[in-house]
Amino acid sequence: MVTDLPIDARDLRRFLHGLPGVDEVGAAGRVQMLASRSIKQAAKAWAIDTAISMVDLTTLEGADTPGKVRALCAKALRPDPTDLTTPPVAAVCVYGDLVGVAREVVGDRVHVAAVATAFPSGRSSLAVKLLDTAEAVAAGADEIDMVIDRGAFLAGDYERVWDEIVAVKAACGDAHLKVILETGELRTLDNVRRASWLAMLAGADFIKTSTGKVTPAATLPVTLVMLEAVRDFADRTGRRIGVKAAGGIRTSKEAIAYLVLVNETVGDAWLEPNLFRFGASSLLNDLLLQRQRMTTGHYSGPAYVTID
Amino acid sequence: MAFEYAPAPESRSVVDIAPSYGLFVDGEFTDPVDGGWRDTVNPATEEVLSKVADAGPADVRRAVQAARTAYEQVWGPMPGRERAKYLYRIARLIQERSRELAVLETLDNGKPIRESRDVDLPLVAAHFFYHAGWADKLEYAGLGPRPRPLGVAAQVIPWNFPLLMLAWKVAPALACGNTVVLKPAETTPLTALAFADICRQADLPPGVVNILTGAGETGRLLVEDPDVDKVAFTGSTEVGRQIMRTLAGTGTRLTLELGGKAANVVFDDAPIDQAVEGIVNGIYFNQGHVCCAGSRLLVQESVADELLASLKRRLATLRLGDPLDKNTDIGAINSAAQLARISELTAAGDDEGAERWTAPCELPDRGYWFPPTIFTGVTQAHRIAREEIFGPVLSVLTFRTPEEAVEKANNTPYGLSAGIWTEKGSRILWMAQRLRAGVVWANTFNRFDPTSPFGGYKESGFGREGGIAGLAAYLESSEVAS
Repeated sequence: MVTDLPIDARDLRRFLHGLPGVDEVGAAGRVQMLASRSIKQAAKAWAIDTAISMVDLTTLEGADTPGKVRALCAKALRPDPTDLTTPPVAAVCVYGDLVGVAREVVGDRVHVAAVATAFPSGRSSLAVKLLDTAEAVAAGADEIDMVIDRGAFLAGDYERVWDEIVAVKAACGDAHLKVILETGELRTLDNVRRASWLAMLAGADFIKTSTGKVTPAATLPVTLVMLEAVRDFADRTGRRIGVKAAGGIRTSKEAIAYLVLVNETVGDAWLEPNLFRFGASSLLNDLLLQRQRMTTGHYSGPAYVTID
Repeated sequence: MAFEYAPAPESRSVVDIAPSYGLFVDGEFTDPVDGGWRDTVNPATEEVLSKVADAGPADVRRAVQAARTAYEQVWGPMPGRERAKYLYRIARLIQERSRELAVLETLDNGKPIRESRDVDLPLVAAHFFYHAGWADKLEYAGLGPRPRPLGVAAQVIPWNFPLLMLAWKVAPALACGNTVVLKPAETTPLTALAFADICRQADLPPGVVNILTGAGETGRLLVEDPDVDKVAFTGSTEVGRQIMRTLAGTGTRLTLELGGKAANVVFDDAPIDQAVEGIVNGIYFNQGHVCCAGSRLLVQESVADELLASLKRRLATLRLGDPLDKNTDIGAINSAAQLARISELTAAGDDEGAERWTAPCELPDRGYWFPPTIFTGVTQAHRIAREEIFGPVLSVLTFRTPEEAVEKANNTPYGLSAGIWTEKGSRILWMAQRLRAGVVWANTFNRFDPTSPFGGYKESGFGREGGIAGLAAYLESSEVAS
C-alpha cells in the first residue's frame, strides 16, 4: 500500500491539488476516438445485455406515486415481457419515501437505491441529511445515492465535503454508498478528478456523475476522468470503486460508447453491474428495441416495449 | 467478462482497382514509352493489388513538356478566380469520394482505416479548400503586389501519407498558378492515380496535373529535367542531399521536407493521462511512419517510472491487425524494406544496451508487421536516439531540468517538430522559444491544419508547406508594380 494517501481531512488540500491536471482538449480527443469504435454482431448483443444489467432504472419526480414505482419495479424485474431471456436491471432508484413500495415489489431480486441527503441540491443541514439516509436504509434501501455539497467543494472547504461523506457512509450501515459529484456544477475536469478522489478516500463505494437534474449530466469526458480516478485508486489501494454515469444517456449507441470507454480505460474487470452502472430511464427502452432488432432481425417500434 | 469486439471490416467493394495503370500525362492515361512496370502490393497481406507503370526518360520528358505547355497556354494566364473554381471542384470530389479513397489508401499503404478515414482524407479535402480560397487573393498574401507563379513544379512524395502529401504539394502549386508533375512513392501509387481520375472528373485542363509513377530513378530524372522550375521533395534526408547537389547552381527553386527525430518532452506537472495519449499519437500513429513523429520521449526523471507504467498499460490496449477493420489502431508496416530497416535499428538498440519492451499483441502470419515497442535506458549516444527509425519504436530518455530538456531535444541533426507537456503556460513559451524545430506542439502532438506552416530546421529541410509561408514556396514575389 502506498502511504502518501491522506489519512484525514487535514491532508486533503495538499493531496487533491497535487493530483496531475487534466487537459480538456486531450480528454475530449480521447473519448472522440473511442466513440468511433465499431461494435457489431456478437459484441453488440453482448454489450446490450450487459448495459441492461447495469441500468439503475430511475424515477425521481415530484409526481411519483406508489403506483408509478410499482410499475417501474415490474419493468426492472422483467424489462421485456416478450423475451424472458432479457436480464433484469441492476436496481431501481427512487426517492427515500418510496423505498418501501419498491422493496415490496422487487424483494431481493434487484437492488433498491434511494437518493438521499437533500437530493438534488444537497442544501440542508447534516442532521437532516443523515436522517434522510437512515430512514431510506431502514425502509429497505441497500444502495444510497448521496449528493456532495458542491458549494463547499467550490469554496475549497474539502474538509466539510469529506466529513459529510464519512458521516453518511456511517449512516448507511451495510448499504452501498454512491457519491454524486454533480459534475455539471463542478465544470472543470480538474475538479472532477479532485472530487472523485475526495469521495473515494472518504469511503464511497461508487462515484456517480450527476443527479440528472443539472445540465450537462453524464458526458464521456467526465466519465473518462472518473474511470481514470478509480483505476489509479485501485492501483494504490487495491480497492475497486464503481462508477455510475447518470443522466442524459438515452440511446444504445451512447451506452455502448460508455462500455467501450470502461473497457479501454479500466479494463473488463469493471464491466459488471457491481462496478459500472447507468442511471437512466428512457435508455432501457432503446436498449430493448435494439435487443429485439438483434434477436428478430427487424426493427419493431415504441409500441413493442413497455412504458412504466 | 471480456468485451471482445467482433470484426468490423470496412467494405472493399467501394474501390475498383484496375489490373494495371499507365502514366497520367496531358490528361490521359498512357502506357510508358521507355519505362517498365511494377506490382503494388497490400502490405497487410502481400496480395498484389495492381500493376503500375515505371516512367522512363522519354516519359518524364513528355510529362514535363505537357506541364510546360499547359502552364504557358492555359493555367498560367488563367485568372485566379477561375483556377479557384477547379480547386473547389476537386475538393468537393475528394469529399464525395472520401470513403473510396480512404479504403484505397489503407489497402495500398497498410494504415488503419480509422486513420485514413478520420485523419488523412479530411485533411486532404481541407488542403484543397484552403488553397482554393487563396487562388484569387494572392496579391494580398504579403508577397508583393503581383506575385507570379514559378512555372512547372516537379514534386516527389513519400509513402507514409500518400494522398495527403499529394495534397500538400499539388494544392498550393495549382492555387499559385503552377502546373505539376508529381511522382508518388513506388509502394503507394494508387491514390495518386485515383486523384488523376478526379482531375479528369473536375475537367481540369490537360497537362496541369501529370502523375508519373516509378521508383527512385524516375524521381531522379524528373528533378533533373532542365524544364522544371521548382522541385518540392518530401522524403529521406539522404535523397534530399542528392537533389540539392544536383540542383546547385541551376536556379531551380527547391523545398525539402526531410527526416526527423522529434523530442516529446514531458514535465513532472504534465497532465499525465493526456500526455500518455500524446505519446501514443506521437509515435504509434501511422505505425510511426511519420517524419515529425515524437520518436524520442524526454521525460522528467521524477515522473519517469509513473509515466512509463501508464504508457505500457495503454499500449497493451492497442489493437494491431487488419487495417481495414474499423477498430484497428496499428496497421501494417508499408514494405518489407522498411520492416528490415526497423528490425536492423531495433537490433542495434539491443546491442547498445537499451532495454526493449514490446506491447503484448499477436502479429498476423502474412504481411509486414512490427509491434509497438519501447526502449528504455536510452542515451544520446545510442543509434536509436539519433537515427530516424520510421517505425512504431519509442526511445525513452530522462532529464532533470528544463535547460537539460532543451539541450537534449536540440541535440540532433534534425529539427522538424517537438512536443511539450506541462500545465505551466510560461514554461511552454520558454521551451518553444528555445526548441530548434519547425513545429512545436504544446499538450498535443501530430496535429495538422492547412493554415499552419509545416517544415524543418537543419537536416529536416527548408521551405514551408501550409499557410502563407507555404504559398511563398510556389510564387515569385515581385516588388515592382506594373
